[in-house]
Amino acid sequence: MQSLDVKARSGSTAPAPGVRTIPEVAKLIDESKCIGCKACQVACMNWNDLRDEVGTNIGVYDNPADLTPSSWTLMRFFEVETEKDKLEWLIRKDGCLHCADPGCLKACPAPGAIVKYSNGIVDFVSENCIGCGYCVTGCPFNVPRISKADNKAYKCSLCSDRVAVGQAPACVKTCPTGAISFGSKEDMSIYAEKRAGELRERGHKGAGVYDPKGVGGTHVMYVLKHADRPELVGLPKDPSVSTMVTLWKGVIKPIATALMGAAAFAGFLHYVMVGPKEVKEDEKEDA
Amino acid sequence: MSEPKTIERYTPKERGNHWIVAITFILAALSGLALFHPSMFFFADLFGGGPWARILHPFIGVVMFLFFCITMVRFWHLNKMTDADRQWMKSVKEVMMNREKNLPEVGKYNAGQKYMFKLMVACMFLLLLSGIIMWRPYFAASFPVGLVRFAVVVHAVSAVALIIGIIVHVYAAIWVKGTMRAMVRGDVSAAWAKHHHPGWYKEVSRSN
Repeated sequence: MQSLDVKARSGSTAPAPGVRTIPEVAKLIDESKCIGCKACQVACMNWNDLRDEVGTNIGVYDNPADLTPSSWTLMRFFEVETEKDKLEWLIRKDGCLHCADPGCLKACPAPGAIVKYSNGIVDFVSENCIGCGYCVTGCPFNVPRISKADNKAYKCSLCSDRVAVGQAPACVKTCPTGAISFGSKEDMSIYAEKRAGELRERGHKGAGVYDPKGVGGTHVMYVLKHADRPELVGLPKDPSVSTMVTLWKGVIKPIATALMGAAAFAGFLHYVMVGPKEVKEDEKEDA
Repeated sequence: MSEPKTIERYTPKERGNHWIVAITFILAALSGLALFHPSMFFFADLFGGGPWARILHPFIGVVMFLFFCITMVRFWHLNKMTDADRQWMKSVKEVMMNREKNLPEVGKYNAGQKYMFKLMVACMFLLLLSGIIMWRPYFAASFPVGLVRFAVVVHAVSAVALIIGIIVHVYAAIWVKGTMRAMVRGDVSAAWAKHHHPGWYKEVSRSN
């Protein structure tokens, strides 16, 4: 995808080619406009040529029941009592949020298996994936799925192939109510705030934008009716890359590599400066 | 008393066992380091590429653990800390500078070797447990992601501790001349035994 320049690349320590910058894009999902029709799911599988196995009904509208290696987006349905005696039916389109600071990319050890384009899209380059599942530990949103067939990780690509040629993602194109929109991150942020304001005026006091700062903001944002309680629709309140992953990749990885090198070099220095311990064969000394 | 020129330090079985652990360790370390830091990802090519390094690493690790257990059981009783060992540790700097004098009598293993043994035992168990928790595709999915994240950190830290330990272990064998022969051929010279492990030397001489 040469027309989308790489900004960050997994398993790589040198900077990615980044002389050209292109505007950041974002997909905005307006929860209040979503009717749960699943057209976005169909569009996703059509454009990406994915056919999930036919599953079983688990008693709720969610179908399939969870994200899978071949179902990259999914409507999740929530029946919640937001206030006493006030039942609400909330629907959220789940999928990768395309974090500005992607935990999956940070955790991935395979060079170039996960890339972040300068427009903000985080993409899995499956041919470089080695199937270790570290991306799963890195993701604060439980998005990547490892295929049982080929042991590679899969998730929403934000239709990077469409975006590269100036098209909106398939789900955006198909959404019949206009609940999903796509544009520059800046425009989408302004529009999201406007929509959240309108919702608050109409009585949704908790309405707001979900663009969590803990992961540097996301390139898939939500307008939520209860942005003060995102956990109602299965989103973490203040997501960030786990401290364990930061400790592992940010601290232990560089320090330990240096320590191991230093240990080997210290041995060599000791040998040339102090020298070996030799016992003469005729040594009479008895300890 | 007829003094033998060489003394058997390790039996053929002990040597074979040691080298199985040593070689599986090297393979596990190289494939593990490939996934640890991008600067060492090229080690994956020794195993046939990234996916193969990922597939083989845990199996190699399990083989290493199993054979290490045999070594561990075999040498456990020889690696108990004594007061003499604690005394020996106080002069460890002198030992490092090849200036040791008047050390407490050392048996088959000195205190440094005993600490190394304990480090290896601790690391091997931590590596096995954390390794199973993060093992894909077989086990990782059945553990909560928070535990897998913790296991990954434990695995990295204990692997690094073990690798640095082994660097010291290997260097000690290069540094103390006559040691390699013990692990390759099985025997050491009487002078070597008398100098480095006088307590063990006396014991062996008595039983002969």
